[in-house]
Amino acid sequence: MSVNLHTERADPAPPPPGPGRHHSRSSRRFWSQMDLKATPYFLISPYFILFAIFGLFPLVFTLWVSLQDYGLAGGDASFTGLKNYTKLLADADFWNAVINTVGIFALATVPQLFLALMLANALNKRLRGRLFFRLGVLLPLVTSVVAVAIVFTQLYGRDFGLFNWLLGFLGVDHHIDWQSAKWSSWTAIASMVDWRWTGYNAIIYLAGMQTIPRDLYEAASIDGASSRRQFWSITLPMIRPTIIFTVFVSTIGGLTLFAEPVMFASNRMDGGATGQFQTIAMYIVEQGFRNFDYGYAAAAAWLLFILILLGVGINYTFVRRIGGSK
Amino acid sequence: MMNNMRRGRMLAVASVMTAALGITTACSSSDTGSSSSPAPAETITLTLQTFGGGTNFGYKSAVEKWNAEHPNVQVKYNNLTDSFENVYWPQMLQWLQSGTGAGDVVGVDEGGMGLAKARPQFFTDLGQYGLQSRQADFPAWKWENGLNSEGKLFALGTDVGGMSICYRTDLFKKAGLPTDRDEVSKLWSGGWDDFVKAGQDFQAKVKDAKFVDSINTIYNVVLSQEAAKNGNVTYFDKNQQLIVDKNPAVKTAFDFSSKISQAGLTAKLQNFTDPWSTGFVKSQFATLGCPGWMLGVVSGTAGDRFKGKWDVATVPGGGGNWGGSWLAVPKQSKHPKQAAELLNFLTSPEGQLMAFKEGGNLPSSIPAQDNPGLQSATNAYFSDAPIGKIFGPSIKSLQPTFLGEKHAQVKREVEQVLNGMDQGSVPYGQAWQKFIEAGQKAAG
Repeated sequence: MSVNLHTERADPAPPPPGPGRHHSRSSRRFWSQMDLKATPYFLISPYFILFAIFGLFPLVFTLWVSLQDYGLAGGDASFTGLKNYTKLLADADFWNAVINTVGIFALATVPQLFLALMLANALNKRLRGRLFFRLGVLLPLVTSVVAVAIVFTQLYGRDFGLFNWLLGFLGVDHHIDWQSAKWSSWTAIASMVDWRWTGYNAIIYLAGMQTIPRDLYEAASIDGASSRRQFWSITLPMIRPTIIFTVFVSTIGGLTLFAEPVMFASNRMDGGATGQFQTIAMYIVEQGFRNFDYGYAAAAAWLLFILILLGVGINYTFVRRIGGSK
Repeated sequence: MMNNMRRGRMLAVASVMTAALGITTACSSSDTGSSSSPAPAETITLTLQTFGGGTNFGYKSAVEKWNAEHPNVQVKYNNLTDSFENVYWPQMLQWLQSGTGAGDVVGVDEGGMGLAKARPQFFTDLGQYGLQSRQADFPAWKWENGLNSEGKLFALGTDVGGMSICYRTDLFKKAGLPTDRDEVSKLWSGGWDDFVKAGQDFQAKVKDAKFVDSINTIYNVVLSQEAAKNGNVTYFDKNQQLIVDKNPAVKTAFDFSSKISQAGLTAKLQNFTDPWSTGFVKSQFATLGCPGWMLGVVSGTAGDRFKGKWDVATVPGGGGNWGGSWLAVPKQSKHPKQAAELLNFLTSPEGQLMAFKEGGNLPSSIPAQDNPGLQSATNAYFSDAPIGKIFGPSIKSLQPTFLGEKHAQVKREVEQVLNGMDQGSVPYGQAWQKFIEAGQKAAG
């Protein structure tokens, strides 16, 4: 390396013309071409190298594992082809987990994004202590997911939970066992998700709203458009790319939901006695690390991946129509 | 040029990393080198990993003694979680499989021993540290269960089950039931039906507490008693075949649990969970099935506020052996020799008696069982109950229950159905069918 540097440096800056230097000049041109063409790739390569190691490799490895009967606790692996997948598609517990995941996702994401939009719109107005409120909505994001889940699990406690206590004042004498039914456990988990992520989405929407040129609103108010009309006809279509982004992120987050329901089930992976709130991610961990059926878990992980792609695709076609201009 | 530079830089990075690795290897090899010499120059730390509620293995005083006597081999006593099947064991297997994470000495519940025996690659052969000599200390079954499928010694026994009923004297008084332990024992001397009847009398008077803690505690008590009457097997027969649907012991225990749940006597708390622990403090239940080790769970979980409010009565339906554990040294331990010495100390008669004193864990070691101090022991937390007299006669005659390789995972799943039934998400009429299905699914 040092030798190489030395010859480069020894080369005088303006090369004197002469037939003997021809070879050197073409090599210089080659290097400067390389510099122009290769440097950008070199500079962004760390991301791709890391992605290959931590993203692509696990993805492919999981695919390979999913084609085997692969026991985690010291068993032997044997190739079984698509057997894991066919078994999985006929597994009622897997579909139960899919339904739970999609159900909790819908229950959490729809109100969350709607609320975030309203919140962002309010924060975009001139109001006293704007910075305080803007930081305030982001605050829940700073708390750890597990802490949120533990506190909410206490609040939803059957015997001594705050929510049952409050419901007692409203005349609900019966203590609701939040974990034991689908609707109640889904609601509880969705509320945890919303508490944490609504503010985050609101801030992203707010950032989107601030890029909208003011004169659009001025022109609209001169034309006599109400603020509601301005919101639906200007704000919403203008921040559509932002909405698409948050919908993608929420879809991915919602379909891989894990920490909240696990904490809610006091660290178990089965999501209640009948799997009332077992999500796909929990199902994968249960199969892989509780029942030690690693291959089966890998197959479920791949199906989850496909499901996410599907979910993102479906949501994209929906969200694209927002504003309805095109 | 660019390429050369890059290659050069990467080479440099690589060489630095190799050097670093070299240093680490040098470190670790010098570590083991020095630790195998009689007086290690530097202090090594051993991690002791256990599970269980309250005082769990009861090793606090034993570890303090060890640390005082071994300034160069310090022990970190780490009780990971309350729950064996749900949290501890899956996590431990993951660590054992991946080769990192497990402690130097780890506790294994009876339910995990079937699998542990079948995986000789996970644990150190204790025979090479001279622990074969301990054989005379243990009853044959406790010793033999510590031999793996290759016939090597990999684990030594800690405690055994034994059985009793712990009850709250103050709540019994409130219900107009006798509070003296002999009279309470007489209350259900006729068997479990008397126990249910006493429960109904209790429930008629007391509304803000239930008679028993959880369906799965009482289920395990009855299952361990019934297993002794049915060839000492539960979910698997001795050929590792699943017999959850055929074993009358399982059905009897299930039916009784269902009965006690339908009678409304359970607090609907799943044992070894946070709400269950809260239940102790909030006085949500008056009795629970108590193998020896459970005494420490009660005193440790309920805390000093309830000292003297608990007592111990005999169990209806005869003796049973629920629980009891072993200690093993994972192969991944960096200090297997010291770990084996620690294991030897903790399972020694002295170590077991210290655990008995601390948590009530009944010793499996024969010299410890014969210790006159044990026979006359009382437990201050449980109103000075003569636990030596209550458990002492039975522990020597305890029957070993055979538990299959997949016992822990089957137990986890079927008991979840029991809890679902108790808490209302599984109808009583469908529960037995679901119970069998869950067992079959978990056994794969």
